[in-house]
Amino acid sequence: MKIQLPLMLIAASVPLLAQAPAQVDLSGSWASLSQDDILLLADYTGIPYNDAGRAKALSYSQSQMSMPERVCLFYTQTQIFGGPFGLRISKETGPDGKIVAWKLAGWEDRAPMTIWVDGRPQPSKNAPHDRTGYTTGSWDGDVLVSYTTHMKSGFIRRNGAPHSDQATLTIHFLRHDDLLTLAASLEDPVYLSEPLYWSRTFRRSRNTVEQLDGPCVQGDEGVPQGAVPHYLPGQNPFIDEMNKAYHIPVYASEGGAETMYPEFRKKMKDTFVPVEKCTRNCGGRGPGPGGAPGPGDGPGPDGPPPAR
Amino acid sequence: MLERRLVWEKRATRFLLGALVLLAFQIPMLAQAGGGAPGRNASPAASKPGTPVDLMGYWVSVVTTLDWRFRMVVPAKGDYFGLRLTPAATKIADAWDPAKDEAAGNQCKSYGAAGIMRIPGRLHITRPDEKTLRMDIDAGTQTRIFHFGEWKAPSGDATWQGDSVAQWDTSGTGGLKVVTRHMRPGYLRKNGVPYSENAILAEYYDVVRERNGDRRLIVTSSVEDPAYLQQPYTSSDHFKWQADASGWDPTPCSARW
Repeated sequence: MKIQLPLMLIAASVPLLAQAPAQVDLSGSWASLSQDDILLLADYTGIPYNDAGRAKALSYSQSQMSMPERVCLFYTQTQIFGGPFGLRISKETGPDGKIVAWKLAGWEDRAPMTIWVDGRPQPSKNAPHDRTGYTTGSWDGDVLVSYTTHMKSGFIRRNGAPHSDQATLTIHFLRHDDLLTLAASLEDPVYLSEPLYWSRTFRRSRNTVEQLDGPCVQGDEGVPQGAVPHYLPGQNPFIDEMNKAYHIPVYASEGGAETMYPEFRKKMKDTFVPVEKCTRNCGGRGPGPGGAPGPGDGPGPDGPPPAR
Repeated sequence: MLERRLVWEKRATRFLLGALVLLAFQIPMLAQAGGGAPGRNASPAASKPGTPVDLMGYWVSVVTTLDWRFRMVVPAKGDYFGLRLTPAATKIADAWDPAKDEAAGNQCKSYGAAGIMRIPGRLHITRPDEKTLRMDIDAGTQTRIFHFGEWKAPSGDATWQGDSVAQWDTSGTGGLKVVTRHMRPGYLRKNGVPYSENAILAEYYDVVRERNGDRRLIVTSSVEDPAYLQQPYTSSDHFKWQADASGWDPTPCSARW
């Protein structure tokens, strides 16, 4: 008996050791609850752009999307925070039954994200970049933390707000009951003076979030081969779009770290005059004929069509 | 025979001690599994024992998403983008008049619990005792009190910040879950989008540590209000931890800004 007791204690401790760290099941379909997805062309409010980032943003013409070589180009993984769609998450197991990766299925304009959790390292810094990037992850308690590197340059917002190919994306997956919040940080030493923080919440859905459409077919959208639509410095005609629509001053819509913080309100307070009455994209209506929004639904019936 | 028995007993005692040492090592690991790794929760701010996530200290709003125009400035009357309101709600919001709110002493309507976390500003979170967590908010100079354990809400009129019951979310991220009821009718947005006295606010508070060392407070909230909302209004907002009270600027409620 005296010998059995310690053996029992050790035997009892083995499963306890195996419990750490805990892992939450993230798999399934998660409907988008995005409620703020309206986008004007020169809206960079709240983006901590440095001068280079701002200049790059203002040089962008939406017609670049119609260039033959860009018609079928995917967004980078930052689109998770800018697109209107839901998420479908699955896990991939190895031959031994252990989870080696979590997968966020792709959208029609974003490649899938594979989060490798089997301990493999990031690729060499000299490895090629692509729109998908390379993502590893680990569990911090019950929170999955992913880290994406090796993305090509892409967009922070679908209005051409850029990030560089040196940008890295960290996402914390926070699950609470049927809500999943993704809290992200985008670091970009080229275009941002501070990390850009995002958070976005999804709700578990019993319906399957639809995934990639059929293959993109490249068509002629009117931009000739070899032309790169753009605006030269000081010539972006949409620079005051936020001012016209919402009376938001241009120095705010151009972004910059200070626009993220409460103090910035003081700068605008004395001169800001609210728009008297909303007349366009005002929202507020109930759900459409289909009832409550389903997975992948955008911000509602008054929302803009998803930008390409 | 007796000698052999003594040797066995000696070995058994050593074994037992070894097992106890092993168990002692496991206790912190278990704590980690349930409440998150120290890297996520540890902070320079002192925390009370038994709090899985350290929320203490000063936090500043960071407004980075497309709802910037609803939070940093006052949106236009009738701009309900992203909300699914009932006809009763749009009727109230369409009649929004900040001058009337001021005249009635209701200039704090957008600073109630269901709206205040989205007003840019700073939070100061403290733990006065084991049963309460206090959140002072400089925007509108408001205070929220989160009650732990078997707390019973007092009877009486509803208040802007309502009655909040809190519990650590030990089955999830180790964060804090807060449910608030009995709120005085207020606004979800500055432009008069209403919530009723029957609204229920559920919030989850999580702290994450970024690669650059920043600590962020993520507040995921969901407002249910069948009177005015056709579906719950869910949002997630974030704050950055700061080491001191820099920028702490208590301001009175404003119905116009």
